[in-house]
Amino acid sequence: MLKIRNIDAFYGNIHALKNISMDIEKGEIISLIGANGAGKSTTLMTICGVVPARGGEITFEGTAINNMATDKIVALGINQVPEGRHIFPYLTVMENLDMGAFLRSDARGIKQDMDYIFTLFPRLAERRNQAGGTLSGGEQQMLAISRAIMTRPRLLLLDEPSLGLAPIVTRQIFEIIKKINQENKTTIFLVEQNANLALHISDRGYVMETGSITMTDTGRNLLANEDVKKAYLGI
Amino acid sequence: MTAKNELTKSLMASIWFMFLTFPIMVIRVNTVTDTIEWRWQNMFAVGFGAFFLSMLWRYLIRKKEMSGKKDSQSRKSPIYQVIRDQKFALPGLAAIAVFTILFPHIFSMYQTNIMISALIYVMLGLGLNIVIGLAGLLDLGYVAFFAVGAYSYALLNLHYGITFWIALPLGGLLGAVAGIILGYPVLRLRGDYLAIVTLGFGEIIRLVMENWNEFSFGPSGIANIPKPGFFGMELSLHATTIYIFYTIVALVIFTIFVINRLENSRIGRAWIALKDDEIACQAMGIDKARTKLRAFALGATWAGMGGVVFAAKTTFINPASFTIWESVIILCTVVLGGMGSIPGVICGAMLLILLPEYLRDFGEFRMITFGSVLVLMMVFRPGGMIENVRKTYQFKK
Repeated sequence: MLKIRNIDAFYGNIHALKNISMDIEKGEIISLIGANGAGKSTTLMTICGVVPARGGEITFEGTAINNMATDKIVALGINQVPEGRHIFPYLTVMENLDMGAFLRSDARGIKQDMDYIFTLFPRLAERRNQAGGTLSGGEQQMLAISRAIMTRPRLLLLDEPSLGLAPIVTRQIFEIIKKINQENKTTIFLVEQNANLALHISDRGYVMETGSITMTDTGRNLLANEDVKKAYLGI
Repeated sequence: MTAKNELTKSLMASIWFMFLTFPIMVIRVNTVTDTIEWRWQNMFAVGFGAFFLSMLWRYLIRKKEMSGKKDSQSRKSPIYQVIRDQKFALPGLAAIAVFTILFPHIFSMYQTNIMISALIYVMLGLGLNIVIGLAGLLDLGYVAFFAVGAYSYALLNLHYGITFWIALPLGGLLGAVAGIILGYPVLRLRGDYLAIVTLGFGEIIRLVMENWNEFSFGPSGIANIPKPGFFGMELSLHATTIYIFYTIVALVIFTIFVINRLENSRIGRAWIALKDDEIACQAMGIDKARTKLRAFALGATWAGMGGVVFAAKTTFINPASFTIWESVIILCTVVLGGMGSIPGVICGAMLLILLPEYLRDFGEFRMITFGSVLVLMMVFRPGGMIENVRKTYQFKK
């Protein structure tokens, strides 16, 4: 579905991504784990076209998407839930969701998706007339994910959904992510610090270190790997 | 304890004021007799005044803080509720309509002329409201587009004999083009940086007009710009004024209609998203660059048209009419009236243009009054006179 081939990315002089290659197949949950500053978020930003890729190629279902504008990439069916949620604080929950459907014009489909989201997150249904900024951190994360679902993405990119959340909320969110993947056949690419939880729900995982990918395997194998255990799971 | 505290605070304030104003309020050098007059009674007046004003000030602040704790529903401005109330809305609108139609016939030409200026500013304020109130882009050089409109009518008329009615859409169009020209380089800027660049742009347009003598006739300006004709008929001065009055009223109504529609459109929602959060806006698939350019272009269109009307009304323009001060006034109408709120901007413009006009009797105190009104507004009604209440989904089960 998404093919990344030999991508480099820079912030000024800093070489942030070094010759990255990845493959994401349809229907998978892929997680990318690594320490702070390894280049995980940059990888997502490069896919979305926010950070320009130098060299190499990114293709989504056969279309080259490097050097494409971000909004065009979103229109193709890739959506990112940005790190730190970035919901619209002054819009209500309903309006936030409606904003997610910005590129769509099928009123009935939008209504259907909203109902689906409210069954997924009953909390949001309770707070639908409340301004986004007044929600708690966990609810905001739910809203950010829901808003991304409203774009009907085929590939959903999640940047640290566990950021700043209590362990129990994190676990809830991860269950929902799994559910979205199974019920909608949405392919999910997950960037996480919480390697343990992420690898548990993932089909495959990539391990990143200072801008390069050092390891890739199935989620289960990575969980069992001695190096991963020592470095990221703290066992 | 608290009462004592309050008294000490006010006492301190009054002592400070007495100290600060001492040189100008108390000492007066009589240059004829070479003596110094000590006007002690002035010092006491200042002291008492400062004491009570500071008490009043803190009382009002406290009252405001108390009311801030109430829920948002009851905090909606009372004026807004009156406007929204169907019972008052229709008769109110009818009254305004009748008043507007009769206005030039009841009042003198001087009053009508002032009202025309005020209405031009209403139009400018509504245009700037798109850029600032809806899209959240702080534009300090808005007067540049006003100048573009005014000069396009003046120059097109001078060289090609183009009449008012053709120049009006052309002025709007040229304004929009200028808006895009400014918008393009500042696409990546936000907040303070954007404000600085737009400020510079406004000054550039003015300086070009002032110094490019072959093109714009420099500081001497362009005179004898014809007033609009009525299907080729020449009208008397009085009739023309009335005619311009109705024209600008029609234009303002048109502006209100368009902006109202824009606000609830797809573009309007994109602007609101852009104002709230740029990153999220991009993640929703909104084309950031195009959305910003649209805001600049649409905002500038109204300034361009306003400029054409302005040139036709005054029949003489020169760069002195398009200084940074005009930008500031237009910005004030938007902020004072209530960002994003159409009735607010209208009230703001009326107040800001008519008030200084009627305050002429106050002479030098005019600007002080004006400034204090602004400061007080920002403290007690930071959302503007008529705060914008966005239409929201109210989902009831």
